[in-house]
Amino acid sequence: MKIVTLVKYVPDATGDRGFAEDGTVDREATDGLLSELDEYAVEQALQIADDGEDVEVVALTLGPDDADDAIKRALQMGATSGVHINDEAVHGSDAPATSAILAAAIRKLEPDLVVAGMASTDGTMGVVPAMISERLGWPAATFGGTLSLDGNTATIRRDGDAASQTVEVTLPAIVSVTDQSGEARYPSMKGILAAKKKPVEEWELDDLDLDLEVGLENAWTAVASTNPKPAKEAGRQVVDEDGSGAAALTEFLINGKYL
Amino acid sequence: MSQILVVVDGAVAKPTLELLTLARRLGDPVALVLGADGADAAGPLGEYGAVKVLTADDPAFSEYLVTPKVDAVQAAVESVQPAAVLFGSSLDGKEIAARLAVRLGSGLITDAVDVAAGDDGPLVTQSVFAGNWTVQSNITHGIPVITVKANAVAPEAAQATPEVEALSFEVAESSKGARIVTSEPKRASGRPELTEAAIVVSGGRGTSGDFSPVEELADVLGAAVGASRAAVDSGWYPHSYQVGQTGKTVSPQLYIAAGISGAIQHRAGMQTSKAIVAVNVDPEAPIFALADLGIVGDLKTVLPAVTEAVKQQKG
Repeated sequence: MKIVTLVKYVPDATGDRGFAEDGTVDREATDGLLSELDEYAVEQALQIADDGEDVEVVALTLGPDDADDAIKRALQMGATSGVHINDEAVHGSDAPATSAILAAAIRKLEPDLVVAGMASTDGTMGVVPAMISERLGWPAATFGGTLSLDGNTATIRRDGDAASQTVEVTLPAIVSVTDQSGEARYPSMKGILAAKKKPVEEWELDDLDLDLEVGLENAWTAVASTNPKPAKEAGRQVVDEDGSGAAALTEFLINGKYL
Repeated sequence: MSQILVVVDGAVAKPTLELLTLARRLGDPVALVLGADGADAAGPLGEYGAVKVLTADDPAFSEYLVTPKVDAVQAAVESVQPAAVLFGSSLDGKEIAARLAVRLGSGLITDAVDVAAGDDGPLVTQSVFAGNWTVQSNITHGIPVITVKANAVAPEAAQATPEVEALSFEVAESSKGARIVTSEPKRASGRPELTEAAIVVSGGRGTSGDFSPVEELADVLGAAVGASRAAVDSGWYPHSYQVGQTGKTVSPQLYIAAGISGAIQHRAGMQTSKAIVAVNVDPEAPIFALADLGIVGDLKTVLPAVTEAVKQQKG
C-alpha cells in the first residue's frame, strides 16, 4: 500500500511574517519549517504504516528550494521517501493551481490514500484537499479528529459545523486530519540519521501531466494591496485590589455598550 | 442589476443576514437554501433583501459529506448566472466553495472580513498572519466565489418580497463518495455559536479546570464560551470550543480572555477581535500586549464580581 502525505514548508509563525512586492508571501523575511498541522498528517500516515506490512509513505511537497526542509522533517519522523516539486514557474500559484499541480503529482504516484493536514498555518484556507478530491474524482473525508483504516475503507470522526460525524470513504481517497488526531512523534536520533539515506526525487512541472496554467501570472485572484496593521498598543492596565479589577471591567462593559 | 448568489446551508442565522447585507453592495441577492426548510426561510431572507429564494433538498445531503450540495449550488449558478457567489466561512461552506470554484474554473477567496464593489468586481478584504496584515484582492477568473467570516458586517434590513422557486438539480453518483455513517447533532448549549457570537468569554490554564466563572459571565453577557489549547489539551473543555490556530478563529465585537497567557497559537485565533480584555494573574502574560483593558488579577474573584455587577446593572 502506498500513502502520500502532503507537507508544506511555511514561514515560522513566531517570526516576522510579511509580503514581498509581488503580493506573495515573503519567504526571505523569516525562517520556514514544516507546517505544524502537516505533522499530524505525517503522524497518521506513519501510524497506518506501523500497523501494516508493506506500507510506503511518500512525503510530497510543492515549493522552492527550502521546501526540502518539510520533506526532511517527514523523512526523519519515518516517511519512506520524498517528492519535491520545485519549479520557478510555480511561484505565486493560488489554491486552484496548487491543487492542480498536487493532483497531477498524485496521479503519477498512484497512491491508495492521501493524508493531508486540515490547513496550512500560513494561508489557512483549508481547501486544497477538497480541491484535489474534485480534480481526481476521489472521495474526500475532511477534518478528521481520528483516522482509521480497515481494508479498503478509511474512516474518520469529525466535528462538523452542526454535528459530530463518522465518515467512510473507499480507497483511493483523500483524508485531512486535525490536531486532535494525535500528537506527532518527535524524530529520534536514529530517524534523523536514517533520513539522510532516504530517496528524495525532484520534479519539475514538465514531469507532470498538467492541464492548467499556473504561477502568479495565471492566478485566478489578484492581490490589490497588502498592509501591515499598526502594532496594537496595550491599553489601560489595572491591578486588581479590593475589587478594582471587577469595577474596571464592569465600567468597560457599560461604556462600550456591551450590555 | 446583476444577481449575487448567497448560499444558505440549513437554517437562517445571523451570518446569513450578514451575507445578504454584503451581497446588496454588489447586486440583487438571490438566496439558495440547502435543506428541508427552504420555503420557511423566505420571510427572514426577504427582510434582508433577497429578491428570490431558491430551495434545494435531497436525501443525499445528509447521507454524504458536502459534495451533493455542490451539485445543487452548481445548478443554481448555471440557472442564475450570478456576478458572484457568497458563502459563510464554516467548514462545509468553505469546502462547498472550494469544490464549486474548481468546477466553475473560478478564483476563490476564503475568510473575507469585508467585501465591497470594485472596478474589477468584488474587492475582498482578508485579515492574515494572525491579524497582523490586511490583504485586499480581486478575483480575476470566472464567477467570483467568496466565503465570508461571521461579524464581517452588521446586518441591515431591506425589505424585499422574494419569489420562491424549487431548484431543479440532480445529485451525481460521483458525488456519493464520502458516506456519513453516524451523525450526532451537537448538544445545544443555549449559548450563541462561538464563531458567530458578538461577545466571547474564553478560559485557559488559569481556570485550573473550573470553567464555571467563565460560563456564568458568558451567560449574563449573552456570550459564547471559548477555551485555549492548554485548557482543551487538559481535558477541561471540548475541542470544538478551542480558539486558536488549530481551533476556531473568532472575531467578535468583544473578546474576554480569562486565565489565558496568549501564546501565539491562541492569538492567531482571536487577534482580529474588535476589543480585547484580558484577566490574568501574571502581569507579564503576552495577552496584555493586545488588550484594550488588562486586569492583573485572579479570574476566580474578578469574573464572579463582574457577573454580579452586570446582573445588578441589568436589574
